[in-house]
Amino acid sequence: MGQITLNQVTKSFGEAQVIPPLDLEINEGEFVVFVGPSGCGKSTLLRLIAGLEDTTSGHISIDGKDATELPPAKRGLAMVFQSYALYPHMSVRKNIAFPMRMAGIDEATQKAKIEAAAKALNLTDYLDRKPGQLSGGQRQRVAIGRAIVREPAAFLFDEPLSNLDAALRVGMRLEIMELHEKLATTMIYVTHDQVEAMTMADKIVVLQAGVIEQVGSPLELYHTPRNKFVAGFIGSPKMNLIDGPEAAKHDATTIGIRPEHLTVSKTEGAWKGVVGVAEHLGSDTFIHVHDTGLMDMMTVRITGDIEARHGDTIYLTPLADQIHRFDAQGLRIA
Amino acid sequence: MARAITTKQKMMWTVLAWAFGLLMFFPILWTFLTSFKTESTAIADPPVWFFFDWTLENYTAVQERSNYPKALMNSIIISVGSTILGILIAVPAAWSMAFVPGKRTKDVLLWMLSTKMLPAVGVLYPLVLLAKWLGVMDSRILLVVVLMLINLPIIVWMLYTYFKEIPGEILEASRMDGADLRSEILYVLTPMALPGIASTVLLNIILAWNEAFWTILLTTVNAAPLTAFIASFSAPEGLFYAKLSAASMMAIAPILIMGWFSQKQLVRGLTFGAVK
Repeated sequence: MGQITLNQVTKSFGEAQVIPPLDLEINEGEFVVFVGPSGCGKSTLLRLIAGLEDTTSGHISIDGKDATELPPAKRGLAMVFQSYALYPHMSVRKNIAFPMRMAGIDEATQKAKIEAAAKALNLTDYLDRKPGQLSGGQRQRVAIGRAIVREPAAFLFDEPLSNLDAALRVGMRLEIMELHEKLATTMIYVTHDQVEAMTMADKIVVLQAGVIEQVGSPLELYHTPRNKFVAGFIGSPKMNLIDGPEAAKHDATTIGIRPEHLTVSKTEGAWKGVVGVAEHLGSDTFIHVHDTGLMDMMTVRITGDIEARHGDTIYLTPLADQIHRFDAQGLRIA
Repeated sequence: MARAITTKQKMMWTVLAWAFGLLMFFPILWTFLTSFKTESTAIADPPVWFFFDWTLENYTAVQERSNYPKALMNSIIISVGSTILGILIAVPAAWSMAFVPGKRTKDVLLWMLSTKMLPAVGVLYPLVLLAKWLGVMDSRILLVVVLMLINLPIIVWMLYTYFKEIPGEILEASRMDGADLRSEILYVLTPMALPGIASTVLLNIILAWNEAFWTILLTTVNAAPLTAFIASFSAPEGLFYAKLSAASMMAIAPILIMGWFSQKQLVRGLTFGAVK
């Protein structure tokens, strides 16, 4: 259960085509993350799969059956929304029970499933509260509980952690990953945060302007980005992209070098620059380097702590085997 | 910084507010007082205020001369009936305009409101002829339908504003959870919009209760509600102010009491969801 296939799917709002013809295969049990900058169509794509938006053309099939024309209720999918979208007038218990009530499941089974979900999500003490009386994290867990009890073919998550604070986000991220391990159900997760994408996904789908730029495992995307966009989008801090004569030396229009693949010296190296801002994280140091003559601002990531003051002269050397080369169209040169 | 308001200013505003409130309330107070006067005291000049021989004779006379319970019953049936019918039609209408708006939704809303600007007398003839042709003149069902149609734009508008406040994602969540349209409206939308629906119902009952043009013109005996009941006391043989006042008090008492108990809801209804 949970095989989803998109075949030449398009979506237009009026004149504007937000999703040009798109093919995608999501395998059973996979954790797939749609990632891209805001407005790239990732949420629209998820809503097309959910059935909350109608496709303009093309076909969506779920577990081999054509679901293009099915209403959301009949697709057997569950969705967790960014705003949680809990029913404010119902208690936690009734919120979780709602999909089962709609499916006409008997009371005893409902009760057992609610208890089990509440236990798994640490909600047992809150079952009789209303959503308004819960914290953001608890609300998100209720939303997940409501999704679990449906036993869906796939879970759809639409930026579920965006409304949580940073600490809670990391915790919930782990909980969702645990859940995936436990249920082994297909999950499709939309985010604009490439860190979430890298840490959670089996397969990342990078989108830009409704077009799939690359599909692959997090490490494939990191090591062999297919084009400049993916190279710049995946990885934190961002890859340094250098045009001009320096790139020409490597027979490319653009070369890319990740901040962690640059070595730093105070005395000698390939490229000379001036230290701008240095961010000390303890475990790492990010140094933003100006006046290299290669690009506006180059970012370097050094493991551990290093002394770098604003205005210091610094020398950078790229690791030769870690240079990514791109042609005039921005495509990777193998 | 909070705005500085001096005690003097506060007192001034309080006095002004009371004065304004009393001014608005005065006609009701005067009607109330007059209803306990004799006909001659009622037209005395200069007017007599509180010191007269209070009498209940007007109320007795009104009771004897006409059928108050029947008029009351008609008023209740017509106002409640037209409101329920209106809500049943307006909920789906407002749902569609709030959650699946089309290109012309705004135009439709404005057009609906514009029908309220049509002078009622303009459709009097067609409506009377239609009612006669259908054989429903002086019937409750006619008034229920007519008052429903007259107030429908307001009901739809009010519900529309309340529905707009409900996040669409919650309705989408219910769709994902397997709810069909009926369940979505019944179990999710309606309970969430209940305060708004309650305000709309209350306001509409009051509007229908007070509606005098159609209720007087389309009824004679059988379906005559309280508005027609009051009107019948401004008889051609002369005005009987005291009896008219007694009839008016009896007609407005139920709605006044209802309004008093539902002030909170009404205020919310009248502010049209402007304050969240």
